[in-house]
Amino acid sequence: MAALRPCRRALVSPLCRAFSGPGCQLAPERAGERRDTAPSRVSGFCPPRKSCHDWIGPPDKHSNLRPVHFYVPENESPLEQKLRKLRQETQEWNQQFWANQNLTFCREKEEFIRSRLKAKGLELRTGSGQKATLDAEEMADFYKEFLSKNFQKHMCYNRDWYKRNFAITFFMGKVALERVWNKLRPKQRKTST
Amino acid sequence: MAASPHTLSSRLLTGWVGGCVWYLEGRAMQESPREFMHLFRSVRKQWMTFQHFTFLRRMYVTQLNRSLNQQVKRKPEPTASPFLERSSLAQAKAETCAMRPLPPPHLPLSRKPNDKELLELESASVIEGSLDVGRETKDEKQWKEMKLHLDDLPGVLARLSKIKLTALVVSTTSAGFALAPGPFDLPCFLLTFVGTGLASCAANSINQFFEVPFDSNMNRTKNRPLVRGQISPLLAVSFATCCAVPGVALLTWGVNPLTGALGVFNIFLYTCCYTPLKKISIANTWVGAVVGAIPPVMGWTAATGSLDAGAFLLGGILYSWQFPHFNALSWGLREDYSRGGYCMMSVTHPALCRRVALRHCLALIGLSAAAPVLDVTTWTFPAISLPINLYISYLGFRFYVDADRKSSRKLFFCSLWHLPLFLLLMLTCKRPPGATCAGGDSGLPTW
Repeated sequence: MAALRPCRRALVSPLCRAFSGPGCQLAPERAGERRDTAPSRVSGFCPPRKSCHDWIGPPDKHSNLRPVHFYVPENESPLEQKLRKLRQETQEWNQQFWANQNLTFCREKEEFIRSRLKAKGLELRTGSGQKATLDAEEMADFYKEFLSKNFQKHMCYNRDWYKRNFAITFFMGKVALERVWNKLRPKQRKTST
Repeated sequence: MAASPHTLSSRLLTGWVGGCVWYLEGRAMQESPREFMHLFRSVRKQWMTFQHFTFLRRMYVTQLNRSLNQQVKRKPEPTASPFLERSSLAQAKAETCAMRPLPPPHLPLSRKPNDKELLELESASVIEGSLDVGRETKDEKQWKEMKLHLDDLPGVLARLSKIKLTALVVSTTSAGFALAPGPFDLPCFLLTFVGTGLASCAANSINQFFEVPFDSNMNRTKNRPLVRGQISPLLAVSFATCCAVPGVALLTWGVNPLTGALGVFNIFLYTCCYTPLKKISIANTWVGAVVGAIPPVMGWTAATGSLDAGAFLLGGILYSWQFPHFNALSWGLREDYSRGGYCMMSVTHPALCRRVALRHCLALIGLSAAAPVLDVTTWTFPAISLPINLYISYLGFRFYVDADRKSSRKLFFCSLWHLPLFLLLMLTCKRPPGATCAGGDSGLPTW
């Protein structure tokens, strides 16, 4: 995903507020905090010049989301630009959320395992040098706790995600109609003259 | 758990569907004119061939992926040679990218180092450079153009509409249709079959449309078309609309309005209630069980035109079946559910999860006894279905007591063959016409 370093806060905050409900003012502030904890992936990928489509990459190792490299046509209309910016910004926002979520999960899981093993009086590594793990039933306590701790965060995220998803799809529809209309219009001029 | 249920379930599906179709053909031979038989046989041949073909193709692809590394089509060489040092590679890419109207990429050299630092940076980057270039080139190969090829479209749409799940849903609808009293009406059956299939495709597509970032984060669902960018969200929604509208229209005007209404209601329940509720409350499992129960009810109402006790019995059977099936499956997915923010009983209320699964296994025994009471089947049915019902209840009990992955897997796999066999036994024990206590007129289709 090349090229998304222009001040993320400037992009994130107004659009985030536009799409967050009144109860979700947490989103811009959280995005600001998370920038330090979850590094965003910058890929050096550049698609071939002949291509005039978007390109999608392999899943990010932190967020598991596939980054998209958006194609910018030469005669990009304002509507197309609005759609592309919305998709780029949503991609960044999703990347931040899931990278942070997954890293937090892994970190807290490690801490939980460490504390449980300590409580049992066991070492972190077994005799053969492998990492000691807890079985699924012991981990169940952690999964339950993690889910309830992050419940509110997920509620906010879900609400934002649904809004963004609908908005993106709606604009895609508008752009598609605009393109069809543009294709038909020169034909109409030809038939009239 | 990812690969085997699919291959096993598709084998079962072929067997189950074969059994169902064989029974329906038998009914058609008894009651319908000979012209229908020819049509029926050709439909059956095509469908069985399609099922076998899909199954074989999937096995082949699985084998191919295991033996070879997935060959990615090489994209054309970029303007810059890939064997430059890292810093100059970044610059070269900046140039090529800057030539296209893109915002310039962030270069790692934006800070102002002093000379010594710069030398160290250069030497370190030369060493890292060759490794990183190798990694980056490999990484670049994994980038795919988001261009939809028409050859790929059927496969993509099949995965988008969860075609295997749709096939199972349609089989339960067929079972409902076949179990309903009255003469077998082939055109009505085909319309119900196609209409329900289209409605299911629509609902599944919308579900995937809503769940993209969540599906990316779970192993079971990370290869779905929207996650991989094989189809755009707009196209997915358009496809869903193009399935839902004709599907519901077929059911409403081709079959009867009651079946159409149930179809619309089920799409709404699945997409607008179940899908969002998965993140909010464990009640989603009960809503999902209702979603699974409605298709056989639709089959029954398509045949009879009314919601009889028999329809509710079939709905009840599918409703109860969902719990051992889903609760056992969810036991092994607790980590993914927790990380993804899904509220499932297996995570939040594990004891309830197992208790509910056992409770509904036992309910299946009760429901099989209710079948002859409601004139759906003869008394043979509870007798011959008792062994399989007792077995699934035993596995449910083991799951309740042991609460481990092994018992959950056993229960899940048992549920996969239990349902087709249960419905097949029901079909073979169907109450013959004329022996009903309810009387002759039970709402035959008007057309």
